[in-house]
Amino acid sequence: MTVFAFTFYLFAITTIVGGLFTVISRNPVHSVLWLILAFLSSAGLFVTLGAEFVAMLLIIVYVGAVAVLFLFVVMMLDVDFAELKAEMARYMPLALLIGVVIIMQLAIALGVWGFSDGVEGRIAAPVGDMENTAALGLLIYDKYIMLFQLAGLILLVAMIGAIVLTLRHRVDIKRQNVLAQMYRDPAKAMELRDVKPGQGL
Amino acid sequence: MISADIQILMPEILLSIYAMAALIGAVYTSKDAAAPALTWATAGLFVLMAVWIGINGLGTRVAFEGMFVDDGFARFAKVTILLSAAAVLLMSEGYMQRRGLLRFEYPLLVALAVVGMMVMVSAGDLMALYMGLELQSLSLYVVAALRRDSVKSTEAGLKYFVLGALSSGLLLYGASLTYGFAGTTLFSGIIEATAHELSLGLLFGLVFLLAGFAFKVSAAPFHMWTPDVYEGSPTPVTAFFATAPKVAAMALFARVVHDAFGGIVVEWQQIVAFLAVVSMFLGAIAAIGQTDIKRLMAYSSIAHMGFALMGLAAGTQEGVKAMLIYMAIYVTMNIGTFALILTMQKDSRPVTDIRALNSYSTKEPLLAMIMLIMMFSLAGVPPMLGFFGKYAVLLAAYQGGLAWLAVAGVIASVIGAFYYLRIVYFMYFGEDSDALDGRAPFVLRSMAIATGLIVGLAWVPGVNLFGIDPIAAAAAATLVN
Repeated sequence: MTVFAFTFYLFAITTIVGGLFTVISRNPVHSVLWLILAFLSSAGLFVTLGAEFVAMLLIIVYVGAVAVLFLFVVMMLDVDFAELKAEMARYMPLALLIGVVIIMQLAIALGVWGFSDGVEGRIAAPVGDMENTAALGLLIYDKYIMLFQLAGLILLVAMIGAIVLTLRHRVDIKRQNVLAQMYRDPAKAMELRDVKPGQGL
Repeated sequence: MISADIQILMPEILLSIYAMAALIGAVYTSKDAAAPALTWATAGLFVLMAVWIGINGLGTRVAFEGMFVDDGFARFAKVTILLSAAAVLLMSEGYMQRRGLLRFEYPLLVALAVVGMMVMVSAGDLMALYMGLELQSLSLYVVAALRRDSVKSTEAGLKYFVLGALSSGLLLYGASLTYGFAGTTLFSGIIEATAHELSLGLLFGLVFLLAGFAFKVSAAPFHMWTPDVYEGSPTPVTAFFATAPKVAAMALFARVVHDAFGGIVVEWQQIVAFLAVVSMFLGAIAAIGQTDIKRLMAYSSIAHMGFALMGLAAGTQEGVKAMLIYMAIYVTMNIGTFALILTMQKDSRPVTDIRALNSYSTKEPLLAMIMLIMMFSLAGVPPMLGFFGKYAVLLAAYQGGLAWLAVAGVIASVIGAFYYLRIVYFMYFGEDSDALDGRAPFVLRSMAIATGLIVGLAWVPGVNLFGIDPIAAAAAATLVN
């Protein structure tokens, strides 16, 4: 077995095990940790494919941001996972049936897999000999600039949506007024009086 | 090269820049106080764009190596989308203002949704298609949940989001299968790949893609979200859902089946015919038990999508033409009907129960008359505009060799006439009850009168359906050839 094959099988098996335990582990925090393992080993798979940029993205974005966010959500929200699982169990037979049917259909479709005629003329040509960060940059910012900008708009809409649906401007609370605080003059704000015993102000 | 591409995309780019600039402007200045002005400005911009796109027809132009197509078909759809979105924005301003729903983000989200729709109808590539579709859908999810203090509105938004995500998943799966077998995401490449022999995988991809589109146009059996979302969303938003996105999704449907799968008409024809027949009957029968007019309009829209799909099922140029005419007429009728629904209120609170329309004709004879015209037209009663739409699709289906589908369509439209006529019955012969508030805001009243005139007078000799026939024919000719 070559080193390449060994690393491939190592990462592949770890990914599958990570995914499996994400689903079946009882403690949701453990689930997220298994998920992170799955992400890390898929990043390893990408490196073996020669796609080091995607591997890095996977670690930075998915492990660094998304999974940590998941972890926070899981720890902070009081979600009753046992109840959710009981709900799931009720629909399990139906879900399994649908899953099996779809898998069988896909087996029929993919069993005879083969490119359609004349695919050589249609498949996108390789970009040339360069690192894949540069190659991706050339494609995303040139050929696919429209799609890239549209994706940006979609993210903008997501941001607007989050604000529209959750931000509440409350009027019944006191707000901090920074300028008023800074210009507050202790000499004027406070007055010292000497009150003699037995007399009021 | 890129500057030529940008020139072709100019309307979309300008509209996005407007939305972003207005967003920044409103956030830094008066926030929600600017909302009415922004709503009017956005509607005005839509109309200007529609005129610009409509007049500035420059044949067929392709940008970004075929990813974006600007042809007569796309322009027809864009003009319809822009005009209907403008009409809905104008109608919603007063209604939302009175109920404290008019946030400045609303017109801008609508503008961004319209950008998404314009990309959808111009898509020449599966990736561009998906981007446009998501931009549209995401904006729509947000506006569905705009009334965030109401459980129903939130539920509508959430339901729409979850089911919309599911349908996007189906669609993406179909797209990936198609890509895997054809080796390209460009429609021009896919049609090449299907030219010789159709592989089973490509057929699977086609089926998944069509299922995704059926979700977006709310054709049965993928219609489950429609009644709940229509009922829960604020009424102006419902009016928006029933018009522009339907046109966009239907145009996208037509573009994909003709541009990408135009070589294998027989394969998708049966699927589209099935969707059409099920939608028509489900829309007609399930609406009978509804008492909420918004739910009723939801089922009505399902039935109408069935008719539009019937035109598409013909698989001919004539069929696409009929579908375009049908969609334009459907949008006009829906704008009129929703203008009237928006006026329905009792003690300044909106009501949606159809029994509230009892003896409406004695209180508001003019508006009741317009409602009657709209209902007759939606039912397809001869002199009204709706009849010509139905006639066009039935004729196209018959000429396309689908006589059984045309017969089914006639039967479904007779069943469906029941619930439209029932509303008319309530208005004219219903027993007296607490009537609705009499006054209707000026914008809604004029919108209702204008659409009432269009719908009611289309049969007059010389009007000739406002000349839509040759325009739709030319648009269809650029798509199917």
